[in-house]
Amino acid sequence: MTKTFTLDGKVIPFEEGETIMEAAAAAGVYIPHLCHHPEFKPHGSCKLCTVNIGGRLGAACTNRAAEDMAVESETEALNADRRALTQMLFVEGNHVCPSCEKSGNCQLQAVAYHLGMLTPHFTHFYPARDVDASHPDVLLERNRCILCELCVRASRDVDGKNVFGIGGRGIKARLIVNSASGRLADTNLSVTDRAAEVCPTGAIIRKRHGFTVPIGKRLYDHHDIAEVPVAGMERPKRD
Amino acid sequence: MSAQDVCDLPGIVARWHHDPANLVQILREVQDSCGTIPSDTLDRLAKLLDVPRVRIESTASFYAFFHAESHGAYEILFSDNIIDRMAGKEALKQYFCERLWLEPRKLSEDGLVYVDDTADIGLADQAPAMLVNGYAIPSLDKARLDLVAELIRARKPLAEWPPMLFEIPDNLRKPGPLTGEAFAPGAALKAALSRGAETTLAEIDASNLRGRGGAGFKTAVKWASCRKAEGEAHYVVCNADEGEPGTFKDRVLLASHADLVFEGMTVCARVIGARQGLLYLRGEYRNLLEKLKSVLAGRREAGLLGRNILGEQGFDFDIEIHLGAGAYICGEESALIESLEGKPGKPRNRPPFPDRCGYRNQPTVVNNVETFACAAKIAEKGGAWFASLGTPQSAGSKLISISGDCKRPGVYEYPFGVSVRQILIDCGAEDAHAVQVSGPSGTCISFREFDRRIAFEDLATAGAFMVFSRERDMFEVARNFTHFFAHESCGFCTPCRVGTSLLRNIMDKLAAGKGSAYDMNEMKHIMHVLRGTAHCGLGHTAANPVVQTMEKFPDAYEKRLKRLDFEPAFDLDGALQTARLITGRDDEWAHLDND
Repeated sequence: MTKTFTLDGKVIPFEEGETIMEAAAAAGVYIPHLCHHPEFKPHGSCKLCTVNIGGRLGAACTNRAAEDMAVESETEALNADRRALTQMLFVEGNHVCPSCEKSGNCQLQAVAYHLGMLTPHFTHFYPARDVDASHPDVLLERNRCILCELCVRASRDVDGKNVFGIGGRGIKARLIVNSASGRLADTNLSVTDRAAEVCPTGAIIRKRHGFTVPIGKRLYDHHDIAEVPVAGMERPKRD
Repeated sequence: MSAQDVCDLPGIVARWHHDPANLVQILREVQDSCGTIPSDTLDRLAKLLDVPRVRIESTASFYAFFHAESHGAYEILFSDNIIDRMAGKEALKQYFCERLWLEPRKLSEDGLVYVDDTADIGLADQAPAMLVNGYAIPSLDKARLDLVAELIRARKPLAEWPPMLFEIPDNLRKPGPLTGEAFAPGAALKAALSRGAETTLAEIDASNLRGRGGAGFKTAVKWASCRKAEGEAHYVVCNADEGEPGTFKDRVLLASHADLVFEGMTVCARVIGARQGLLYLRGEYRNLLEKLKSVLAGRREAGLLGRNILGEQGFDFDIEIHLGAGAYICGEESALIESLEGKPGKPRNRPPFPDRCGYRNQPTVVNNVETFACAAKIAEKGGAWFASLGTPQSAGSKLISISGDCKRPGVYEYPFGVSVRQILIDCGAEDAHAVQVSGPSGTCISFREFDRRIAFEDLATAGAFMVFSRERDMFEVARNFTHFFAHESCGFCTPCRVGTSLLRNIMDKLAAGKGSAYDMNEMKHIMHVLRGTAHCGLGHTAANPVVQTMEKFPDAYEKRLKRLDFEPAFDLDGALQTARLITGRDDEWAHLDND
């Protein structure tokens, strides 16, 4: 017998040890998220995937599925919270979609569309953040960083390089790189690294590829993020 | 002078066993010996410890007491809790800066002295207070600051300053079972050994002891679960990161009852089968370190720590002290463990909880200082004795740290169930109007609620009890707390990282006379998001002071509202200032009508 739980009333099968997010994705159900990626250890920091687990709120990416658990995700209240969190991410950094190379392929932008976010709502912080163009092949645009730590995890766990980390704390937290100069060029990051392409926003982008696909023909220009399957989200085949 | 010249880096690293898990301790010693943690030191540490530089920098940049730029020979940090402010801290700080011809947050021209604020340093009963190179000086007034200024001008090393400056009385006003009775070191351990681990655990269970850090989790359940958990090693961790503003009872327990605390840890070690214990002492209590180390040395000599404790074959246990470095969040148990492991203090995803997966991913009991002191007493005198004190749901006594508008601030030990009114009478707070129970993350109660009781079933508390009289502006109290939370948010999760700063900014907007009813609703909205989605207790409770004071003292807010509907944070007239400067105009036509 496969174990199951319900997500917004729909029966979702799961395997022992799977998180709510993993089981939902495997069943083709989208739960909004930004810091989660199936290839990496769950992180639970963006909090967009907050769901109601039998009366208690928790992140779908870090809470394990359990037999007969009743989970709610697509409620107006939860989506309102997600919208507020997305707005917080927007006002915390400097996100100027119309001039951003990632527009249309950006998960932050796509999630905002998905949640019906029409304005940033909160007062902008307009932080002064450094742009690092020192690396020959990769641009580090900290204004667009949402501190999801996917690059940190990718570099550490997949590339085995520890190029990225988070420095500071609170609202002053920032993406730092593994070099005495603080410059990306002085790290051993290579453009072929997983860390160089995992960024959900335009904070880490390949140089000279910004407009290979024109605006208007990009992934989320035509599909809601909920309809776009993420590679690796399907459950691995087992015998 | 480069750090290399003054700081024996290899020696420090060797003293901490070349273990990157001790990074916070290593950085503390570097900071202590050379006054800063310069960039080249991070590279050298990375090589010595064989870890990526980025990891060292993450940790070094997380803690408030670490800094890369020089703070001179004397770093002065004024405690900035609302209680310090009520005691005149702002004016005294200004007086001090003027005496030394300097500006806050700016190293003096001669590179000698640096002045800034820091979060509450655990001396609210002796406010205002400050830290000089990490060492606390209480009860500041002009005379004491004059003396400090003279000593700095004379460039006297801190070790030669008059000891009376650093004297910190316990201010124990009402002793009880923990603080009032003499304790013979070893008494609890002997009783525990003769009873056996299982029966000792049963006594702790029978005592109904609940965690004193505020959450009130049943201690015996935690110990039993850790005892059962499998691992390569088990650990006992004492949480002495007493960072909640207004709390200072652990300071008194550690200063005068350290044997009781260490003995409680050792009893716990016996029950769960641990060989190592760690006491995580908040950096602000640096002045207690030597004394605590000497108590540990005394216990080793007496056979109460070390190998074969009290002659019991195979009962080996010892305790190491780790110092914090200015991070309130490390009072959260999983953040504390991260800090013990040399990382930034960011709360972990739970489950698993520390009882199964804690320090070095091994089963770990983390308890508050006072909880261990209670455990020692229970081991000595039995669970039934303890359970007979207090109320059925809240057994035993509770140490309360009283500060603010009262005649006799200090530490009071009460049986659980005592009313707020009784406490106010005892401490001489005749004009009390409000009390902040358990600090900014706790509960603000108004004079209408003074019959409520200190107990887990009514007002749960970690011990803080800040009294505010009729004259106090409860808006400013809440505003001080929002600044505190914004400063102390670890920055891991979106709602707390951004939400606490948004709250702080809105409170500042109101303080500047630019608030409207819209802002009040906005703060409620942010509170809702924080409560629902934040990663840990800091975020869940960060909006409490605002929302509770809004509800209980609406006048304090309403008198600040400029309009009842909406007022922008953006200052349109202020934006014209550059144009006025360029054109050299300042006549009335160069200003917008501000009415």
